[in-house]
Amino acid sequence: MSIFIKHISKSFKDVTALKDISFNVNEGELFGLIGPDGAGKTTLFRILTTLLIADEGAATVANYDVVKNYKDIRNHVGYMPGRFSLYQDLTVEENLTFFATIFGTTIEENYDLIKDIYVQIEPFKNRRAGDLSGGMKQKLALSCALIHKPKVLFLDEPTTGVDPVSRKEFWEMLKRLQQKGITILVSTPYMDEAALCDRIALIQDGKILQIDTPKEIVKHYPKTIYDVAASNMYELILSLNEYQYNHSVYPFGEFVHYTDKRDVFNSEDLLKYLKNKGLKNIVIKPTKTTIEDTFMELAR
Amino acid sequence: MKEKNVIQVKNITKKFGDFTAVNNISFEVKQGEIFGFLGANGAGKTTAMKMLIGISKPTSGEANVADFDVYTNPEDIKNNIGYMSQKFALYDDLTVKENITFFGGIYGLSYKKISKKRKQLVNELGLQNIVNELVGSLPLGWKQKLAFSVALLHEPKVIFLDEPTGGVDPITRRQFWEMIYKTAHNGTTVFVTTHYMDEAEYCDRVSIMVDGKIEALDTPKKLKELFKVKNMNDVFLKLARG
Repeated sequence: MSIFIKHISKSFKDVTALKDISFNVNEGELFGLIGPDGAGKTTLFRILTTLLIADEGAATVANYDVVKNYKDIRNHVGYMPGRFSLYQDLTVEENLTFFATIFGTTIEENYDLIKDIYVQIEPFKNRRAGDLSGGMKQKLALSCALIHKPKVLFLDEPTTGVDPVSRKEFWEMLKRLQQKGITILVSTPYMDEAALCDRIALIQDGKILQIDTPKEIVKHYPKTIYDVAASNMYELILSLNEYQYNHSVYPFGEFVHYTDKRDVFNSEDLLKYLKNKGLKNIVIKPTKTTIEDTFMELAR
Repeated sequence: MKEKNVIQVKNITKKFGDFTAVNNISFEVKQGEIFGFLGANGAGKTTAMKMLIGISKPTSGEANVADFDVYTNPEDIKNNIGYMSQKFALYDDLTVKENITFFGGIYGLSYKKISKKRKQLVNELGLQNIVNELVGSLPLGWKQKLAFSVALLHEPKVIFLDEPTGGVDPITRRQFWEMIYKTAHNGTTVFVTTHYMDEAEYCDRVSIMVDGKIEALDTPKKLKELFKVKNMNDVFLKLARG
């Protein structure tokens, strides 16, 4: 077991940040912690990287206890915090050399591990970190977190504020790192990134809603979801919210995701109801459940 | 109602020295339309939007917002638009009531009008019990709904939203979109700048900027058909990666 978390709770004054969190991450696994801002993701990362002590519970990382063996953990994990935390007034190369030295190693010794990522920023190695674009900062931060060849890598919202192209490249890098045997715990508020993980934990308000593989999580959804569309989105939402048999009504891009209270859903009846409301170009068809649908159903 | 153009942009270009940040773009946005303005980091979105909200002049080309010219009447534009960004929207160390009063004043509303608007807004959002709480102590979702309502206090013709729902939980995010639909339904144009592709899926039409140019402009549905993909994220990847 690479990460072992048992009954962890943490409060700040009267705010409960984490409430009785337990889960394990296997060796070599790419595990995603999926939840919105304020869910408790960063607090959990800080506990696991020994920067914060939990009020209750226990945790080990790479078989070291987060409290008793905190120094060992610091030598064996890489941590990329959500906020860019490198030295802005050092150059790209100086930052990397600095982190290598701190961990008693050199860039050359572990160059293999970071090569894929570092070659992309190497042309700018004499530029100050503060002058890099968002995508390049992220690559430098990842290189610095990897330079001592950690067993476990913690990435706190690495793709927040990053455009889709850089986001896709970043996930491709993570897959390659995983193949080199590194265990990765990554957090994200983007539900679509959940599908790229081996297993995920959905988290909200300091509580785990569910843990499983992305496929299984979607399978647990109890109902059939219907895509509903009409020419006027606002009136469609109002009408569906007033429909007596609705179980849930959520806008979902060009459609509304609708679920029905009844065991047997009658789409003809809904169609008639919406027509009576004056809606036009009505579409009602079953659709696939997404992780976001599951998240909302669990968070209700 | 949706026939009148509230934003008209014709061949605008913005250069900084040798660098062309916005390269000859043209588009129109109608009254009551939800228009998504997409692009990667550095594609020129922010530069283009700054010209539309009257704080930067184009190097060349023509642009009108809410019937005012961006070269000659930028102050009139500012009076007729609302702006909300996720990074800056409200003052955390002012209360809910103080924020509403402050922004009402900035938008030049009379005290009587501010007072009336404030009551209306507090009722609609259900904030009765927390009007005297500091905004900094509110959950993110509430802050965003309040910021959106505050940006609409002076009944602007267009509201500009800069990545409005990033990081919010999925249920609150949908409540926020319901507010956007309602605003558009009531005739206000909504201009959303974002690189979150799931926000793009909610827009009536979207444009995608790549290296200073608009490379695609249509409804999300038609763009997905055109590029033969399932979602806007893949449309974006196809365009931006070439």
